[in-house]
Amino acid sequence: MKLDPETIARLKEKIAVYREFLKNWLEPSNLARLRPTLEFQTGILAGFALVASVLLGVTNCSTEGTVQRRLAEDLKKSLEEVVPPAFYDNDLLQDTLTIPSAEYNIGANETTVYIALKSGKVTAVCYKFIAPDGYSGAINMIMGLDRDGNILGVRVLSHKETPGLGDKIEVAKSNWILSFVGRSLDNLTPAQWAVKKDGGDFDQFAGATITPRKSVQAIYRALQLFKDHQPQLINP
Amino acid sequence: MFFLAEPYRKIATDGIWNNNIVFGQNLALCPLLAVTGTATNGLGMGLATLVVIIASNGLISVTRYLIPSEIRIPIFVLLIAALVTLVDILMNAWAHELYKVLGLFIALIVTNCALLGRAEAFASKQPVKHALWDGLMMGLGFTLVLVALGAAREINATGMLFANASLLLGESFRFLEVTIIPNYKGFLLMALPPGGFIMLAFLIVGKRLIDQKIAVKKVLLIVPSATLAEEEA
Repeated sequence: MKLDPETIARLKEKIAVYREFLKNWLEPSNLARLRPTLEFQTGILAGFALVASVLLGVTNCSTEGTVQRRLAEDLKKSLEEVVPPAFYDNDLLQDTLTIPSAEYNIGANETTVYIALKSGKVTAVCYKFIAPDGYSGAINMIMGLDRDGNILGVRVLSHKETPGLGDKIEVAKSNWILSFVGRSLDNLTPAQWAVKKDGGDFDQFAGATITPRKSVQAIYRALQLFKDHQPQLINP
Repeated sequence: MFFLAEPYRKIATDGIWNNNIVFGQNLALCPLLAVTGTATNGLGMGLATLVVIIASNGLISVTRYLIPSEIRIPIFVLLIAALVTLVDILMNAWAHELYKVLGLFIALIVTNCALLGRAEAFASKQPVKHALWDGLMMGLGFTLVLVALGAAREINATGMLFANASLLLGESFRFLEVTIIPNYKGFLLMALPPGGFIMLAFLIVGKRLIDQKIAVKKVLLIVPSATLAEEEA
């Protein structure tokens, strides 16, 4: 679209008028006169609310894709931590199976199981679960199992346990969580799936027993979920 | 602080010591006690608050002529909440690694009444430059208290200092992580919320004692010259 010089000059004039008006309107003395009026107050509150919501809406929409990508990267990274890369040649995020898990008390009514395939054969499975009864809230965990139900790795994704005490369930703070590797429902009896204080096989922490106890119990329940659905999961 | 011109000098001394958010105004105790289990967490919360308080002070100072005093509180709350949410979203998208560590603190900043306090008491009445400087100094003062309280609680609770600082600041800051008391048995109370209250009380007492000493010194400096003047008369 081309504008002739006359139109441009007219537009410039108009803009100058508006700018002059805005400048005068924004003068502190003019605003001081306006501020006590009800119309101004209503308008300005609405104005601020409008600007804030537009700004937030635009930011949210424009970053949604990036945030989703980051979350997918996070998930992939934690999947890689509990299932060694040598176990699969597929995209774990693509090959999933959803199974009902309401009766296992692992925090969700349905659990998405990520399936590791090597040359088309199931080698391992991996899923997230929750210990809903941690010392100060839910403990989110992820676990990888080989096709026979032996633990390949467990990690805590997020938790609200006491810093310095209960947070030893994180791999960054202690290697307690590594003691689950190789364990399964077959090589430990149900009674051994507990902390030592309860007669089981796993350490508790000095000053924090509830956190590891509830973690062990949740891992045990999550293992049962696999065991009950094993045929369905390893022969998709 | 002695090289600064007024009013920047007064704003700085107020923000960091005299009118410190925690020691002077007794504000922001909720985020303070919630996150100071370790010095590292305190530092993270302090830095996140620092950024948001500078931004909110600046924003409110810029728009101060537009805000009628009758509805200033809802507008301040709206601005601060929008700002915090904005920082939260942007950080999640573009600084995701940092967000995973600081994310918890960002949302908590909304509960920080110190931001509203600074908006109300300072930024809404002062030019932008002063408001930004005040935000920086108040934020720094708050960060110092958070780190001090976090360090005191952490040493008492676990015998260590700046545990996991490398998760927050990067591998190059691993040197900060030191064990102060080797083979320490641990003192659980200090890691729990009551320990925060107790340690905070000690810190406030310490600050008051220092203030008292300074006041006594000032009186001692003034009195001799006064008596001297009397004698001369």
